[in-house]
Amino acid sequence: MLDKIGIAKRIAKEVKNGYYVNLGIGIPTLVANYVREDIEVEFQSENGVLGMGPFPFEGEEDADLINAGKQTITTLEGASFFDSATSFSMIRGKHVDLTILGAMEVSGNGDIANWKIPGYMVKGMGGAMDLVASAENIIVAMMHTNKKGDSKLLKRCSLPLTGVGCVKKVVTNLAVLEVTSDGFKLLERAPGVSVEAIQNATEGHLIIDGEVPEMDL
Amino acid sequence: MINKQVANVKEALKGLSGGMTLMLGGFGLCGIPENAISEMVDMDIKNLTCISNNAGVDDFGLGLLLKKNQIKKMVSSYVGENDEFERQMLSGELDVELIPQGTLAERCRAAQAGFPAIYTPAGYGTEVAEGKETREFDGKMYVLETAFKADFSFVKAWKGDAAGNLMFKATARNFNPNMCGAATITVAEVEELVPAGSLDPNQIHIPGIFVQRIFEGKGYEKRIEKRTVRQKT
Repeated sequence: MLDKIGIAKRIAKEVKNGYYVNLGIGIPTLVANYVREDIEVEFQSENGVLGMGPFPFEGEEDADLINAGKQTITTLEGASFFDSATSFSMIRGKHVDLTILGAMEVSGNGDIANWKIPGYMVKGMGGAMDLVASAENIIVAMMHTNKKGDSKLLKRCSLPLTGVGCVKKVVTNLAVLEVTSDGFKLLERAPGVSVEAIQNATEGHLIIDGEVPEMDL
Repeated sequence: MINKQVANVKEALKGLSGGMTLMLGGFGLCGIPENAISEMVDMDIKNLTCISNNAGVDDFGLGLLLKKNQIKKMVSSYVGENDEFERQMLSGELDVELIPQGTLAERCRAAQAGFPAIYTPAGYGTEVAEGKETREFDGKMYVLETAFKADFSFVKAWKGDAAGNLMFKATARNFNPNMCGAATITVAEVEELVPAGSLDPNQIHIPGIFVQRIFEGKGYEKRIEKRTVRQKT
């Protein structure tokens, strides 16, 4: 079974040379730390920066330079700044190659719910609805089950949706799954996790096609 | 040169009154019109509708207006950093309309650019699209979202000149350029106001035609919401 860093490491392998990538808050943010160093990638933050770098050293923070999570950041060579409409033009216009975000629920038909739990304080969707409605290549990073142990990979989402039919791939602490027209296709198992354990933790339709390899981290 | 310069924040906010709809630039606490907000607190005008990506924190940004119950309605994409906001929202004192961030930006830009509405894929199939017109283009579904209508737009820029030309710094740019010219009156506050002719026209982000009033702000706090650093290895 993987921890959050393990999930981030596995997703980092999906980041290819020349990609512009938007990382959501939480596990997705960690992905930047594990991308291969021999490839060229630029990270986009929807508040208006492309070419985002690591956190600043103490004393070098700039109040005018933050990421979408409102954390202080730095920029790398070749970076640029732009307004919010331009930022979402990059996203809506499919210029961003890969979007990685967290979720509360994903359904076998690619629906995603990650912004609202009825009965609780709703903080808002931020840029998530724009991202999922437009990105061609969306990977969800999340734990396979919630804190109560219920599956987060469902036949149908029970929470209010963020987007419909948009998720292509899900990487969890247990598995890598591809969203197909028939449900979740099991591509890889986390180290030491059996197909049976994945099956038991998946409420949605799980497609098991032959031998399922263990993840190569 | 058409002079847009006004003496101070008081003059810049002339005509602003309770019940109006306002646009306010900023992302979190980054690039917010600090001087205009603080003047509105002093003016004690009420029943404001505020279009702004976020709602500040308890003791800064729009949180200052919330604390004095000056805001009737917020139109935002994310409001998670403010306890007083939460209290007013749950008690029903505050009306909140949550919309996708890109839709918020584009509804501002549509107002600026003279489009009555735009089609966006964001929110299709979700509760955001409920009651809205939808339409298919090339096999994909889109939601019709209307341009905002606002009385005042308050933006913050890094540098500006007397002609109203603006330059922004880093990610303090965010929604500010999109809100310029998107309301009846756009008020720009800048950290540094320079004489017309001293900014390079090639470097101007927003031309002065979108700005009605400009003034040099005072005492910027520029608070950092989440100071995050790494250690030197």
